[in-house]
Amino acid sequence: MTPSLALNLALALLLLGMAGWAVLVRSTQAAVIGFMVFGLLLTLAWARLDGLDVALTEAAIGGGLTGFLLLGAAVRLRSVEHRATLQAPGLATRILAALAAGSVTLLLAFAVLTLPSPAPSLAPAVAENIAMTQVGNPVTAVLLAFRALDTLLETLVLVLAMLGIWSLADDRVWGGRPGFAIAHDASGILHYAARILVPIGVVIGGYIFWIGADDPGGKFQGATLLAAMWLLLVLAGLRDAPRVSSQALRLWVVLGPLVFISVGLLGSWLAGSFLGYPQGYAKLMIVTVELALLPSLTLILGLLIMGAPKREIGR
Amino acid sequence: MSLLLNLWTILAVSLGVFFFLAGTLGLLRFPDVFTRLHALTKADNLGLGLVVLGLLPQMNSIHAMLKLLLIWLLVLFSGAIVSQMLAQAARSGEIDS
Repeated sequence: MTPSLALNLALALLLLGMAGWAVLVRSTQAAVIGFMVFGLLLTLAWARLDGLDVALTEAAIGGGLTGFLLLGAAVRLRSVEHRATLQAPGLATRILAALAAGSVTLLLAFAVLTLPSPAPSLAPAVAENIAMTQVGNPVTAVLLAFRALDTLLETLVLVLAMLGIWSLADDRVWGGRPGFAIAHDASGILHYAARILVPIGVVIGGYIFWIGADDPGGKFQGATLLAAMWLLLVLAGLRDAPRVSSQALRLWVVLGPLVFISVGLLGSWLAGSFLGYPQGYAKLMIVTVELALLPSLTLILGLLIMGAPKREIGR
Repeated sequence: MSLLLNLWTILAVSLGVFFFLAGTLGLLRFPDVFTRLHALTKADNLGLGLVVLGLLPQMNSIHAMLKLLLIWLLVLFSGAIVSQMLAQAARSGEIDS
């Protein structure tokens, strides 16, 4: 057995084991932590497959951000967890659920294993036309030129998700600040960490964003890092969470999607199709969209974690 | 020269992996939060440090070497912060030691 095969096998076994643990373990919190570890292992798997863009996204969003969201949910559910386990569904329901989930898995496995070889791929078409977009990273070219509509919808979904979370607020506190832990960090360690780490994190976030034009990286990964730095500032008590009624905040949140849609409309006027880029201006347009999306995504991702408004205006 | 560098890489990375192994063993076997944190941070500091030092000669640019060193420093920093916070939480009874 070659070393790389051994590594791949070990990784695959660890992934399966971690997935099994996350599904089977009793405590919700342990399941979430299992899911986060699973995300990190998946990052390694993507890196082994040379999908560095996907690996970065998985580490930042799949493992990190989603894990953080689920951890918050697990903490919130802790008080009712015991009652929920008492009302566990009967054996028949559980067997039915296992059968349903199992057959979906089998169908998926069947679909993957019976893919024609070589699998249908648009990669050659991308490689042929990437010069038109003037960016060097094919993933960025696909996300912001060839399939820009998908990316636009993705950002709109994030805005909607944030509105969904905000709408969980009580009427009394509507427009106020999220109740995200404002830790009075007596020891000062988190305070110290935030002061040292945030400047470094902002530079790395900006670097990952900027390098996305030609190498793995991009706005989503960069924005996740920036959002993490923002959360660190709030957690350490250096900055308070914003009021959700703030006009400036809302303006920054919709700036990215608005610029994206405007560029799309400009395309239908200048290049003959929605989100089409006029010849020679593709890179300029792509960078404009990415630059506008970066602050919006940073705010949206941070606000998703901070949750619904909890404190009245003025507090 | 390249033989020497390769030998250095093998030696340093193997030593680093040994520290990771020892740290993991300590995490599993030590009796309370504080000793476990001690084992864990050894793995981060020395284990990762040795792996990074071992990989340095295999990089083909100063740029990549600096990135590796930065990763080590960042892990050192976050490891120190997190272990302090966990130890404080354990001492004040917020988590079971």
